[in-house]
Amino acid sequence: MELTPQTYSQLVKEASPPSPHAKNISMAFFIGGGICVLGQAFIYLYMGLGVPKETASGMASITLVLLAVILTGLNTYDRIAKVAGAGTLVPITGFANSMSAAALDFKSEGFILGLGAKMFIIAGPVIVYGISASILYGFVYWLLGQL
Amino acid sequence: MATRKGRYTIWMEDPPSIISSACVGGKMEQEGPLGNIFDLIERDSYFGQESWEKAESKMQSLAVHKALEKAGLEGDAVDCAFAGDLLNQCISSTYGLRGMGIPLVGLFGACSTMAESLAVASVFLEAGAISRGVCCTSSHFCTAERQFRYPLEYGGQRPPTAQWTATASGAALLAKGEQSPFVRAVTIGTIEDLGVTDANNMGAAMAPAAAMTLEHFFNDTQTKPEDFDLMVTGDLGRVGSTLLRQLLLERGYNLEHRQTDCGMMLYNPQEQDVHSGGSGCGCAASVLCGHLIPLLRAQKLRHILFMATGALMSPTVVQQGESIASIAHLIYLSSEKSGGPLSC
Repeated sequence: MELTPQTYSQLVKEASPPSPHAKNISMAFFIGGGICVLGQAFIYLYMGLGVPKETASGMASITLVLLAVILTGLNTYDRIAKVAGAGTLVPITGFANSMSAAALDFKSEGFILGLGAKMFIIAGPVIVYGISASILYGFVYWLLGQL
Repeated sequence: MATRKGRYTIWMEDPPSIISSACVGGKMEQEGPLGNIFDLIERDSYFGQESWEKAESKMQSLAVHKALEKAGLEGDAVDCAFAGDLLNQCISSTYGLRGMGIPLVGLFGACSTMAESLAVASVFLEAGAISRGVCCTSSHFCTAERQFRYPLEYGGQRPPTAQWTATASGAALLAKGEQSPFVRAVTIGTIEDLGVTDANNMGAAMAPAAAMTLEHFFNDTQTKPEDFDLMVTGDLGRVGSTLLRQLLLERGYNLEHRQTDCGMMLYNPQEQDVHSGGSGCGCAASVLCGHLIPLLRAQKLRHILFMATGALMSPTVVQQGESIASIAHLIYLSSEKSGGPLSC
C-alpha cells in the first residue's frame, strides 16, 4: 500500500483510542449542572438575606468566580475539570479558572509582562468574540426596531 | 575512524565506550515501574528553585555532575558537552551547564535529542576531536506544558492519545576505552511528515520517522529485527508504537516481541494518568541512562537499537496550519566492542 497522508490518516484513526464520549458527556452534564444548582442556591441564600433578586444573581456569579479562583490556587480546579470537562469549562467558573491559572503561571515573568500581559491568553478570545457578537446582536436588534 | 555504511548509517571502527551514566527524576517518575533506576529523585517539582525553567536546568546540572562523580572525574576532564532540551533556545542546557566550563554543542531534536547527542559525540570521539564527551538532555512536565500547551492550573481534558512529558534528565559520559557498553553505529534520521496536525497525538506524528530510520538502518547494514535483543523507541507511546509496528510489518519487518518504548516503560498506564505514555527528552534519556545502559553493562542485553523520536513541533507553525514534522535517530548499542550482527 502506498503510504500517503490520506492512507496514513486512516491508520492513525484506527490506532487511536477514541475519547470516552458517553462518560465525558454525562460527567459534564452532572458536574456542570451541579455548578448551576450551586449558583441557584446562592441566589436563594442571598435573597433569603433580603437582597433583591437582580443583585442576588450578580452576587451568586461573583461567589462562583471566587470559589473557582480559590480552587485554582489550591491546585484543585484542574483535577475536577479533568473529570468534568465542559461541565467546568462552560459555566462562569471556567472563565475564572482560565484567567487565574494564566495569572498564577506567568507571574514568574513579572507582574507587567508576565501576569498582566499573559492573564488573558486563554480568556482573551472569549472576551473579544463575546463583545463582538454582542455588538452585532445589538445592531441587528436596533435594525429590527427600525422596521 | 567513523565510516559511512550505506546511505544513512555511520559505522564506528573503534566504538566509543559509555563509561558512566546517571539520571534524575521527579515524583511521577519515582512512582512508575522504573522508579528505582534514578540516581536522584526530587519530589518537589521546583527542585528547590524559583521557577520550573530553573528547576529543569538544575536537573541537567545534577545529571551531569552525577555522571562525572560515578566516573570519578571532574568537569575539566570532559572536552565537550552535547546537550539539548525542548525549551526555546535550549535554555535548560545553557543554564544547567553554565559555570561548568565545559565547551557546549547545543542540540535540538525535540524528544530525539538524547540519540542525537550520542550520535554527534560518538563521531567527535571517533574523529579524535575529543577524548571524553558528555551527552545530556532533559524535560520537565511543567515547562513543556507552559511552552507548548496551557497554564498548569488550567482545567482541561486530554484525549487518550496525548502523552505525558516526563520530568527527568539523563547524562551519559563517552570516552575511548574498553568499558561496556559501546556505541557501534548510528543512523541519522530524515525528516518525515505524513500530515498529522494533532498536537495531542505526537506518537502518530513520530511513528513514520521511526519506521523510516529503522528501515534505513536495516537496509544499510543488511540486518533484520531478529538480530537484536531489543529495539527501544523513545516516546512513541502506545499509539505510536502500534503504528510503527504496523508500518514496518507492511515493509516486511516484524517487530513483535522485540520492540518497546521508553514512554511506555517509565509509567504505569493502569495507575498513572499518562494516557498514551510518557514523552519528552528526559523520558528516553533517563530510561537509557538509568536502565538500558546498566543492563548492557551487566550483559543482560547484548545488542540493542535505541531510537529516540522527536516531533519537531512549533506551536506557531502548527497554528498557521502546518503539519508536525518528525525525526528519529538510531543508536546501535552493544555490550561487546566487536562481533555481533553487524561485524565489518
